[in-house]
Amino acid sequence: MEQNASAAVKPKKARKPSHTSGMSSALVRRETISAYFFLLPSLIFFVAFVVVPMFICVFYSLFDYSLGGINAFVGLDNYVRLFQDPVFHKGLINTIIIVVVAVPAVTAFSLWVASAIYQMNAFTRSFFRCVFYLPVVTGSVAITVVWKWILDPYNGILNKLIGTDGYNWLGEGKTALMCIILILFTTSIGQPIVLYVAALGNVDNSIIEAAQVDGATKLQVFWKIKWPAIMPTTLYVLVITTINSFQCFALIQLMTRGGPMNATMTIMYQVYDSAYRLFDLGYANAIGVVLAIIIAIFSAIQFKVAKTD
Amino acid sequence: MSEKAAVKKLNRHVDLTGTSTGYKVFSGIVLVLVSIFFLFPLYWIVTGSFKPKLEITAREPIWFPIEPTLDNYARLFEHPAFQWLFNIVFISAAAMVLTCITASLAGYALAKKRFIGRTVLFTIIICAMALPKQVIVIPLNQEMTQIFHLNDTLWAVILPTVGWPFGVFLMKQFAETIPTEILEAARVDGAGELRTFMTVVVPMIKPGIGALAIFTFVNTWNDYFLQLVMLNKETVWTLPLGIAKLQGEMSSDFGLIMAGAALASIPIIIVFIAFQKYFTQGIAMGAVKG
Repeated sequence: MEQNASAAVKPKKARKPSHTSGMSSALVRRETISAYFFLLPSLIFFVAFVVVPMFICVFYSLFDYSLGGINAFVGLDNYVRLFQDPVFHKGLINTIIIVVVAVPAVTAFSLWVASAIYQMNAFTRSFFRCVFYLPVVTGSVAITVVWKWILDPYNGILNKLIGTDGYNWLGEGKTALMCIILILFTTSIGQPIVLYVAALGNVDNSIIEAAQVDGATKLQVFWKIKWPAIMPTTLYVLVITTINSFQCFALIQLMTRGGPMNATMTIMYQVYDSAYRLFDLGYANAIGVVLAIIIAIFSAIQFKVAKTD
Repeated sequence: MSEKAAVKKLNRHVDLTGTSTGYKVFSGIVLVLVSIFFLFPLYWIVTGSFKPKLEITAREPIWFPIEPTLDNYARLFEHPAFQWLFNIVFISAAAMVLTCITASLAGYALAKKRFIGRTVLFTIIICAMALPKQVIVIPLNQEMTQIFHLNDTLWAVILPTVGWPFGVFLMKQFAETIPTEILEAARVDGAGELRTFMTVVVPMIKPGIGALAIFTFVNTWNDYFLQLVMLNKETVWTLPLGIAKLQGEMSSDFGLIMAGAALASIPIIIVFIAFQKYFTQGIAMGAVKG
């Protein structure tokens, strides 16, 4: 992930002088000193708790590191092992299923809700916005434990309602991942709706009215005017939803612990499982690095696609 | 003019003011149904926390507690739940205050100062924000234990939260709206850097600070993964973490777990509803140039 950061930084370096051109060197120095004075507190935290752990992560991924401490430098062995690990394969497939199902569903549904509510009066609009944001605020732990009860084989309301007494929704490979994705969906659409409501509210109404006078249909207005105008928001929604879906953790840890038979194992859960159940820290960090790279690739693809559109 | 054309014209007129009535009714119904689905878990937590055991294990669904009881809460407080509540409030509040201070200082510098290394720094911040936050938590845990010796203290959760660069990014967005002329005027009047910041910048980015405060508070409260990894001793657990651990130990005592879930979520929901305006504003602002 460091490579990713520095690669993105390099081309921008050449542009640096343009910011300071037209200023005397004394002024530049003065501004630079005072700017870093303002930046210092934040930078200390950022370097100590984001940058340093990033390097530690990559560093440890090259070692055989277990409960007793670092045993030996193993180079890329952890990574090689990863690609032969069936649990990782299963986790990778599940993670991709979660992302591929949840991200489009969240994006499309939140856009639909936002389109439906953004022209309502202020009270109704904030009511709905609030309702859909509530699962986010309620917190992943509270939401997860209540869903676990709802889905419980004998005490859960779902089985009592539809008469499937004793069916273990989270204990069956067929339905466990489905349930996880559904609950992830309910906790993910709050933020995109807020973003889309704001973005749709900013679309210039006079253009829409002009188009309608010219006989444009509602669909045409949406695809030709609103959709391009909210494209930056869509991109942002895609990226944050993807990152969040990749990192979906509390749901899995509290509901299934990756089971049954790794049916809900994800890369993120395997990072945790390797580190804190198996105490295989070198391996856990290697999985973490790979997860970061996968997320970087997904984000880059989304940026590329959005740019060419 | 045929009837068809007249209807078409009428429809077009309706289009101008909004959407057709049929679609409005349809979307209204769907919205209400989905809202019920979204509100149900919360309703179930609150009512469940007052249900006696018999009503939870009853074969028929019981939609509202018939004989409401406080027994679940009484059993919850046999555990150090007040301590857990205090811990999570302290963590969230401390992270909020520290983040607001450091992020508004840095955001202002990034937005309004032209200094060497600005573009590089900003690019690094953007790239870091795209990183999976949770991946660095495991090495962070090692760092906290081996370098800072802060393992099993509340600071092990607070400090990393402050380091996350989203706040800096958000405050930069807000600080960019400050007119440069006002800063120039303050400088001409002889105000020092820090004075300019306190008397000119802070009042102007107050809505931004409000948004960041509420955003940090809610997100820190709900950052389960960080709490899980950093806090092992029962006395430093937070309420969400405590509930999760209780669920692991007594997975079928749903009344007790719902009481915990209610206690963990109701305060944060109240905070959210009280400051909703700032919150939604902040989220929208953070994405403007995302």
